[in-house]
Amino acid sequence: MEKTWNNKAWFLVLPVLLLVAFSAAIPLMTVVNYSVQDTFGNNAFFWAGTDWFDDILHSARFWEALQRNLLFSFIILALEIPLGIFIALNMPKKGIGVPVCLVLMALPLLIPWNVVGTIWQVFGRVDIGLLGHTLAALGIDYNYVRDPLDAWITVVVMDVWHWTSLVVLLCYAGLVSIPDAYYQAAKIDGASRWSVFRYIQLPKMKRVLLIAVLLRFMDSFMIYTEPFVVTGGGPGNSTTFLSIDLVKTAVGQFDLGPAAAMSIVYFLIILLLSWIFYTVMTSSDADN
Amino acid sequence: MSFSWMAWTLPTALFFLTILALLIGMSIWEYFAPGGSPRVGILRFETTRGDRLFISLLGSAFIHLAWLGLIGPNLWWALALAVVYAIGVFRFV
Repeated sequence: MEKTWNNKAWFLVLPVLLLVAFSAAIPLMTVVNYSVQDTFGNNAFFWAGTDWFDDILHSARFWEALQRNLLFSFIILALEIPLGIFIALNMPKKGIGVPVCLVLMALPLLIPWNVVGTIWQVFGRVDIGLLGHTLAALGIDYNYVRDPLDAWITVVVMDVWHWTSLVVLLCYAGLVSIPDAYYQAAKIDGASRWSVFRYIQLPKMKRVLLIAVLLRFMDSFMIYTEPFVVTGGGPGNSTTFLSIDLVKTAVGQFDLGPAAAMSIVYFLIILLLSWIFYTVMTSSDADN
Repeated sequence: MSFSWMAWTLPTALFFLTILALLIGMSIWEYFAPGGSPRVGILRFETTRGDRLFISLLGSAFIHLAWLGLIGPNLWWALALAVVYAIGVFRFV
């Protein structure tokens, strides 16, 4: 069937365009303007050129936060995507178990970020927290306030607890949309469990997995509230991610120029990595 | 309506006007040659001319950052390199 081209349809995009202009484009333009100037308040600005970008690119603090962010996102994707697929594959497809599992899976997603942080902050405390106290009783030296590795484990496990459900729900939606005829054909061919997963379920989940990977990457790369509430970026700077560093610079120190320059570099990195993920996954989809 | 809170400067205004001119230019190009002229170039995946503009702009931003970080604050050569890169993208990607 030949496609019908009607350029008047672009008018339907106009409301979204206006919304994006006010919520994204204008603030982004303001940040670009701030990034080349210095201000001491009172709406007075002084030209700084590329000085702030120069400072950011030569700042060890920025590169360390970026490395932490990349490592965190890598760990999150490596844990949440396979775990989400595994849980979705083992969820019931019919009966009373379906709504029960769906509600249980949706629960962590309904809890606000700061509440999740508070829950895990208390949960992990050695003196009053169930997790921290139990680990201490078992003789395991766990203290997320003092030990950087314990802080990382706490933040990672907290994120896995909070967000794996999203991957599960997306994968489950992909799985239930597969017609029974595929499974019947596989059964007739004597396909193994692995072959059914590799050649039927995984290809059918590819589109929802693309969305899951993109959402989890962008969210984990921009993570702020939960680690801020649990560890405050510490001990030392061990859990100071780019967003925490950015807020410290912009709100804590009121250095709007350097913060704006950092925001733009941060934005460009997220844009590049998201584009690479999207292109790799959609082009391999097209090849298939 | 005052836009002083946006802290406009001449260089940033010129930068955004250039982006706007590029978008208007691309729209005019699309009007006269609709469909986005999709093709598979050296990156081995299909790109439209909008994709090629995006790759050019994103790459140019990183060229400027890399120049600033590795060489120095004089960005005119980085701009020249970005233009050459963008021509390369539109020709071969």
